[in-house]
Amino acid sequence: MKSEKTKIKSLGDLQRVRTRTLPQLDPAEGGHPRVVVGLATCGIAAGAQGVYDALQTELQQQKMQDVLLLPTGCIGICQFEPVVEVFIPGQPKTTYVRVTPEKAVRIVDQHLKGGNPVAEFTIGARQ
Amino acid sequence: MYRSYVMVCSGQTCGNTLSDRIAEEFEVQIKLAGLRQEVQVLRGGCLGICGSGPNVAVFPEGTLYSHVKLEDVAELVAEHLLKGKKVNRLLYDENEATNTVRSLSETAFYKKQMRVALRNCGVINPRSIEEYIARDGYAALEKALTRMTPDEVVETVLASGLRGRGGAGFPTGLKWKFASGNRGNVQKYVCCNADEGDPGAFMDRSVLEGDPHTVIEAMAVAAYAIGADTGYVYVRAEYPVAVKHLTLAIEQAKSAGLLGKNIFGTDFSFNLHIKLGAGAFVCGEETALMTSIEGKRGEPHPRPPFPAVKGLFESPTILNNVETLANICPIILNGAEWFSAMGSEKSKGTKVFALGGKIKNTGLVEVPMGTTLREIVEEIGGGIPNGKAFKAAQTGGPSGGCIPASLIDIPIDYDNLLSIGTMMGSGGLIVMDEDTCMVDIAKFFLEFTVEESCGKCTPCRVGTKRLLELLNKITDGRGTMEDLDRIEELAAFIKSNSLCGLGQTAPNPVLSTLRYFRDEYVEHIVHRHCPAGVCRELLQYTIDPVKCHGCTACARACPAHAIVGSPKNPHTIDTAKCIKCGGCIEKCRFDAISRH
Repeated sequence: MKSEKTKIKSLGDLQRVRTRTLPQLDPAEGGHPRVVVGLATCGIAAGAQGVYDALQTELQQQKMQDVLLLPTGCIGICQFEPVVEVFIPGQPKTTYVRVTPEKAVRIVDQHLKGGNPVAEFTIGARQ
Repeated sequence: MYRSYVMVCSGQTCGNTLSDRIAEEFEVQIKLAGLRQEVQVLRGGCLGICGSGPNVAVFPEGTLYSHVKLEDVAELVAEHLLKGKKVNRLLYDENEATNTVRSLSETAFYKKQMRVALRNCGVINPRSIEEYIARDGYAALEKALTRMTPDEVVETVLASGLRGRGGAGFPTGLKWKFASGNRGNVQKYVCCNADEGDPGAFMDRSVLEGDPHTVIEAMAVAAYAIGADTGYVYVRAEYPVAVKHLTLAIEQAKSAGLLGKNIFGTDFSFNLHIKLGAGAFVCGEETALMTSIEGKRGEPHPRPPFPAVKGLFESPTILNNVETLANICPIILNGAEWFSAMGSEKSKGTKVFALGGKIKNTGLVEVPMGTTLREIVEEIGGGIPNGKAFKAAQTGGPSGGCIPASLIDIPIDYDNLLSIGTMMGSGGLIVMDEDTCMVDIAKFFLEFTVEESCGKCTPCRVGTKRLLELLNKITDGRGTMEDLDRIEELAAFIKSNSLCGLGQTAPNPVLSTLRYFRDEYVEHIVHRHCPAGVCRELLQYTIDPVKCHGCTACARACPAHAIVGSPKNPHTIDTAKCIKCGGCIEKCRFDAISRH
């Protein structure tokens, strides 16, 4: 993420940053898919960095630059790490659990590209 | 008007020939049972659980059956429609609905939670100040600086009822009020205690890693409230990701002008520094923490003077825990009443717990104060794995105590926990099942405090060590009933004479387990027996001569040569030689060796 260069001096300045950033945080407004990987200590210990890298590589190979891939903090479900959440405009959020680099590739191909969530990798399948 | 309606799902997925035939079969069976005037069969739209189809719903009771086969219909008619008894084996299993539960937000684990301190964790990119701002970040600081007086900020925090989340539960607003006098005339400091040391606790780490800006913003609000211009975050060096995210966040805030001089165009200036701790448990104690920031050996000193009067570098200082700070900005933005509407009478808001131990869903959970332990363990935690029974939960880590199964319905808040002999602590919640030995647990926490005692005062340094020796005596099978009296006497002495919180609370795990599980201590002493089968010295290993095939596998595995016997004949264990390592059990293929 680019660091904020402009100075924030007023509520209006905050509002401008908010308006500019909300679309990337909420795909319903932005129109871009958002993929977040839990990259807190717990996630990293479970192998989330490898998953993040695999997602990045596959998204590049598939030339899917419109997908926002970002790190996030602890989602709170330790035994399910690494956790990947996919937000696609107009669809409910999907939580993938115990993701591996191999599964990550399938998530990109089947869900982000093909539009079909990989049901067997979701949290519901592992409960 | 019919008494009952049977709706057979004819949605796109279920609506194949099978569900048509199921509907027809229902009509046939209902006619046979003579219920034609009472029950009507409907072919309904999609029930939304296609993965479990074909689905059948019975109304008005709304019973949902899934994976219904043609041959099940007769049973459903005979049992449910005729006798009014549900057919359990066909009931729709919520957990199996892989096609509906696709996101974390829909799980039982998540639904019971209320996220205030963790509102941004796992949602925003912690390395982006813009995403933080998009979620109302720095709006609380703007509001405080431009539209509230420092006194109003203090009053708001006081009125919210927020109490320190580090463990002791001192009202945060009161702490701020004590330090708020003489603004502008004296140097003051704001410190953040991120020296999270309880075994099994990681609430603060998660906030710093997942939402570092909220801590920065809250510290700036606190500084404005008391009239400080400098802050320190004391964080463990063993939290590298937290340190990295916090460092980056401070840089971002500085370059955006949200830290530094004349923030939001006012005359308020605030600078923030990170101080790395070397991981000593005692440095989580406030006076030791400040001594460590000053560059001296991390040792506590007596209070008073309290930090609000004479703290860091002998200046008035407030020290707040990470989770406490994570609650500040929402309180400023939404008002004191919004916050005090959550929680119980004397404990407002929510509490984050690191749920661990013998529980299905381990993780970080945030629930309103006053939530019962049963709700946390059974609903959010999903219960105990492998069908074992809940025995107790430990809160407050090495400073706390246990909550036994008999008190599982107690609403968790500061005062209730104190009244039953434990404490909130920073939020570690370790669940124990029937295989846990409570004497062993007490020993585990005491070993930790013995290790971590800084050694400055004798009651803690020597007292905890002697206390541990008494516990070891009991678990080794050398204990006497008089030892229990000695433990209680020594524990009371350590509590009342130690210099700081570490020593004053160190005996709590022992006293608490003794209070609720005295029988277990007595069993260890009188019968030289550990009911949970944990304490090694008290275990007995025996070989069942009927089951033993004389394969010699155990004898070869025994490092003490304690197993004797000839091939193809039952072996025996020489208990005098046995070191109780359990190696033989692992090798036995005939389940002939038992431990009790």
